[in-house]
Amino acid sequence: MDFETIKTTLKAWLEPENLEKLRPKLGYQTGVLAGFALAAALLLGMADLVTRDVIQLRLEEDLKAKLEEVIPADMHDNDLLFDTVTLPSADANLGAAETIVYLAKKQSDVNAVCFKFVAPDGYAGAISLVMGIDKTGEILGVRVISHTETPGLGDKIEISKSKWILSFNGKSLDNVSFEQWAVKKDNGIFDQFSGATITPRKVVLAIRRGLEFYKANQDTLLATGEKS
Amino acid sequence: MNLSILFSPEYKRIARDGLWDNNVVLTQNLALCPLLAVTGTATNGLGMGLATIAVMVASNGIVSLNRHLIPSEIRIPIFVLLIAALVTLVDICLNAWMHELHKVLGLFIPLIVTNCAILGRVESFASKQEPLPSLWDGFMMGVGFTLVMVILGAMREISSTGTLFANASVLLGESFRFMELTVIDDYKGFLLTALPPGGFIMLGFLVAMKRLFDQKAEKKA
Repeated sequence: MDFETIKTTLKAWLEPENLEKLRPKLGYQTGVLAGFALAAALLLGMADLVTRDVIQLRLEEDLKAKLEEVIPADMHDNDLLFDTVTLPSADANLGAAETIVYLAKKQSDVNAVCFKFVAPDGYAGAISLVMGIDKTGEILGVRVISHTETPGLGDKIEISKSKWILSFNGKSLDNVSFEQWAVKKDNGIFDQFSGATITPRKVVLAIRRGLEFYKANQDTLLATGEKS
Repeated sequence: MNLSILFSPEYKRIARDGLWDNNVVLTQNLALCPLLAVTGTATNGLGMGLATIAVMVASNGIVSLNRHLIPSEIRIPIFVLLIAALVTLVDICLNAWMHELHKVLGLFIPLIVTNCAILGRVESFASKQEPLPSLWDGFMMGVGFTLVMVILGAMREISSTGTLFANASVLLGESFRFMELTVIDDYKGFLLTALPPGGFIMLGFLVAMKRLFDQKAEKKA
């Protein structure tokens, strides 16, 4: 069959009168539904092929930007994204069974580390955070990646809404005692927000757990620098 | 293309329906789920509205082109399949090529699927009409929806935080920074209107106002 005949047959078949006769038939209906499903699947499959790498790249850029917010550029000369150690963190209550730790190295000595963790018990759901810690265990910076806290109250944990999150800079388990790692209402040293205590309380406790996680793995993490 | 067709009575009727007489939100009371979820700020409302216009135009167009092919017994699954595929397509394309915008709207785009207004237009208009009027209907219904989203978003944003079109430059680009206004300086904030119940209350006022307008117009006539 040449192209012209296919075209004329298809045209005749697609005439509204012909389709009207076909539409009540069960086989035709099955075919049409399958045809649309196939077309949709093909379309989405192709779109996925085209966009997958681009999206991956964008997500890496996002992550890199986040990491660079909590690790000053002069503390490392390596690519944070590709110098990582994966540690088990099921006991640390950081919201994941394994935590990827990004290593900031200067002349292949580990200068600081950085990892994402989760406060699973925020007021309205999990609060996802990223924290940079220098090798002595002092916080370089903390940022909130995502949360679902109450707008106008709990969202002051975001850097764009309030400077509160900066109050953790320079704090460590050594210069702030275990009991002081709490909001002022619980006899700690960190501010709560008027109208919202639960959100900051949970963030403070999650950051303390993050520091404990670093302390427990400090030797392993610092040792990775010397090997490479 | 001859654009004068847009001023013919039929097309004028479609535009009037979409913008006012048969407005998706104010008259049909559809699409309330995405409406209440995203209209915390005017910018979010605008972004969601634009994405919805794109999906509405595309779904109306595709269904109208295939209206003779689709048997009425299985039309609903086909429509739902089409709309879901289109929304997914918009979602991944935005994520890849307009990533900044996707970060703002990302959460809301899957919500477009829950927008029964799209299914409603496909079912009641596009499956019975020629492609061109269908595209126009999708566009005008989308514009009507967007207008309500922006108005409601503006009302809620001003009353909850005292700003208007905050972060518009993230959505539309740096050149639109002039849109970001602080309407009330040193505003302490009013939480209720930022939350969904406040949105519902505001929406009630909007619908009531539209009814009042219509009643007055009727009395005059």
